[in-house]
Amino acid sequence: MTALTRRQLLRRSLLSGAGLFVAFHIPRKVRAAPDPAAKQLPDPNAFVRVAPDDSVTVLLAHSEMGQGIWTGLAMLIAEELDCDWSKIRVEHAPAAPVYAHPAFGMQMTGGSTSTWSEFDRYRTAGALARTMLVRAAAARWKTDAKKLRTQNGFVIRGKDRLSYGQLAVAAQGLLPPKTVELKDRKQWKLLGKRVRRLDSPEKVMGKAQFGMDVQFEGLRTALVARSPVFGGKLRSFDPGAAKSIAGVEQVVQIPTGVAVIARNFWSAKRGRDALDQGLSWDLGPGATLDTAAILQDYRDRATSNGPAIAQQKGDAEAALARASKRVVAEYDVPYLAHAPMEPLNCAVKIEGGRCEIWTGTQFQTMDQMSAAKIVGIPPESVSIHTQFLGGGFGRRATPTSDFVSEAVHVAKAAGVPVKTVWTREDDIQGGYYRPLFVHRIEAGLDGKGVPVAWKHTIVGQSILSGTPFEQFMVKSGVDATSVEGVTDSPYLEALPAKLITLHSPKQPVTVLWWRSVGNTHTAFAMESMIDELAHASGRDPLDYRASLLRDKPRHLRALQTAAGMAGWGKAAPAGRGRGLAVHESFGSIVAQVAEVSVDEDKEIHVHKVACAVDCGMAINPLGVEAQMQGAIAFGLSAVLLSELTLKEGRVEQSNFHDYRVLRLPDMPEVSVRVLSSDAKMGGIGEPAAAPISAAVANAVYALTGQRLRSLPLRLGIA
Amino acid sequence: MQLDVNGTVREVDAPEDMPLLWVLRDVLGLTGTKFGCGMAQCGACTVHLDGQATRSCVLPVSAVAGRKVTTIEGLSPDGSHPVQKAWIEADVVQCGYCQPGQIMSAAALLGQNRNPSDADIDAALAGNICRCGTYLRVREAVRMAAAQRRASR
Repeated sequence: MTALTRRQLLRRSLLSGAGLFVAFHIPRKVRAAPDPAAKQLPDPNAFVRVAPDDSVTVLLAHSEMGQGIWTGLAMLIAEELDCDWSKIRVEHAPAAPVYAHPAFGMQMTGGSTSTWSEFDRYRTAGALARTMLVRAAAARWKTDAKKLRTQNGFVIRGKDRLSYGQLAVAAQGLLPPKTVELKDRKQWKLLGKRVRRLDSPEKVMGKAQFGMDVQFEGLRTALVARSPVFGGKLRSFDPGAAKSIAGVEQVVQIPTGVAVIARNFWSAKRGRDALDQGLSWDLGPGATLDTAAILQDYRDRATSNGPAIAQQKGDAEAALARASKRVVAEYDVPYLAHAPMEPLNCAVKIEGGRCEIWTGTQFQTMDQMSAAKIVGIPPESVSIHTQFLGGGFGRRATPTSDFVSEAVHVAKAAGVPVKTVWTREDDIQGGYYRPLFVHRIEAGLDGKGVPVAWKHTIVGQSILSGTPFEQFMVKSGVDATSVEGVTDSPYLEALPAKLITLHSPKQPVTVLWWRSVGNTHTAFAMESMIDELAHASGRDPLDYRASLLRDKPRHLRALQTAAGMAGWGKAAPAGRGRGLAVHESFGSIVAQVAEVSVDEDKEIHVHKVACAVDCGMAINPLGVEAQMQGAIAFGLSAVLLSELTLKEGRVEQSNFHDYRVLRLPDMPEVSVRVLSSDAKMGGIGEPAAAPISAAVANAVYALTGQRLRSLPLRLGIA
Repeated sequence: MQLDVNGTVREVDAPEDMPLLWVLRDVLGLTGTKFGCGMAQCGACTVHLDGQATRSCVLPVSAVAGRKVTTIEGLSPDGSHPVQKAWIEADVVQCGYCQPGQIMSAAALLGQNRNPSDADIDAALAGNICRCGTYLRVREAVRMAAAQRRASR
């Protein structure tokens, strides 16, 4: 990959006449697994543009998919730049190595990392721009830059003021300083404040452009007929019926199936419907897949240790044999689709040795490389115009670039610009699911009910196996995303005897990260089990956890705060039960108390959720609260409603009528407390989705005495 | 075929069975109305048909002749509709994709019911799915918009 050099960036901005384009280098701080490739990437970065009209444009290295970085990352720059917040504009950056994720070394959005990973880089960009504007003003006034101050978009000397716009062109000719000082936290005016979203106006007016909304002269729409079962291959097809539909222009074969290309969506849809009878598939082993059988197989496997050891200390078997009490429990979770509101889509134009892509993606670098390979051009000849994402939740971050690669194949085969659109049925039935998992836990307690032995067997497909991430995140056969939340559990840290093993069976079903990834099932298993142990020991679930977490002050504080908010200790209202859970993921700790009831039809209703979060410093508490509320809603869909099942290889659900998700009337009251914290900054997009399952299951147990160990939770089907 | 969309009568060349959603998006270029499910399950495609909230993804365009269609683009010229203002004030949006549909459902409710109860709000918006989970702030914004409308009369 090549990159824009600092000089090129400066030259480009000069040519564009757009004003100051800050370009600079800061060393990469690698917090996660260091990526050897990252060190070879060139370093200049470009994140903010000050224009003569006083506007300040922030270039977003990550994708806005609802999580609020459109506002949050802009706040980081604005704080240091001292600019007028009302003049801020935000754009998605193009795909280029300069925008590589500071921790992961490739351009991407995921793992609830955007804010903490960009905290230094974006503030530094703002501070550098400010310094250059001050220097330009000093040159204009022929004075010492140290005598000048900045405020709200102006450089000020006594009564003299120059707006940033007036200085933009002059500042553009300066080279950025080698070092720059960042404000002390006490000086912050914006960070830590409740700031409303910058993307609201265009989104409430229907003007925000999502990938689905991309239109230009000559762009066609394609729908792809894909194998009805996982892993099936096309044997033959007859395009005749599809071609007879008005508006259908081409029917082409691509690696994933057959694309019907038409003048608009409706014609493409009708064309694909007509094509269906003309398709012949070699279904292969995927045609026998059955989730009931998979679940049984996983349960059987869970009774023996997995081939990969995720963690081992002492002799768990011996300690279990010696324990005063043994508790055994098995938990399972189904396949789940992400079902973002915007179905997948991707527009591609291949022309003159270049490939242009318009889409909502979380994985620009992968997409760029995948497209380059398919078209047969260098990656830098692939432009990616990132659009607003109509939800991501992990689905728009595929290591195989599935939906982008497919769209590139379609455009290449068609020879015209094409936007490939998925229907909701394509989305629900198209794979890349949160994998089905089974956990079997055997815990041994001493006479006081304290765990002294823990044997934990996890069974589920590896998300990362076979992807480029395997080399960093699959060690000794253990996919880190299969065991996160167990191997790092605060409850197990000091345990003298433990054995955590993993089975990673292979299936034709494609799987992927789904908001909070492994924690979607590990938090359910761990926090349910701890609750079971509390009850087995005759202890109050809060007191029991508090005693086990006595050396974990952050967990303890979050737990006690949520419990206090919910009125834990006082009797729940008649017909209601409360349950709690606390879980750390993505560097943040979330504690939740759910209050539930059960109706005559044995349906579970969640009325209230009290949620306390310690995410370290909260850059925008208003946004943090939104993510807590939203992740709870997202999690509740999986707790109460959503499940994907396969029979004879076919996915049995197809749209929102049978793949059910939470709707407004079922949204509980959610109270959120963002704890003031000096801890290292964590993520906020995902962590609240993890503990809600156990909080609700534990509440159902408190109310009914029935322990539900399968998601979605269903009473009366024991 | 003639269509009255956002106060303008336009000549439209589209097959009669084409859903209004795709006429709006692919023929007229009004992309604020969203495709989410194609079977009136998610509400992303909500428009007003003579003031009533209607799912445009299952409505053949032939059924719309002679009726007034309002889309999110026609709700106000500048985002000044009380529902839009309340939406910004309550910081509702996240990804934003479902929001035009949510807003059209809320605006239709307030057009017919000046003083909706929480149950009215729940019922009017039950058909609009938001996967980001903005429901709490949707409720809050509808209440705010209703209060603001009552105060301004």
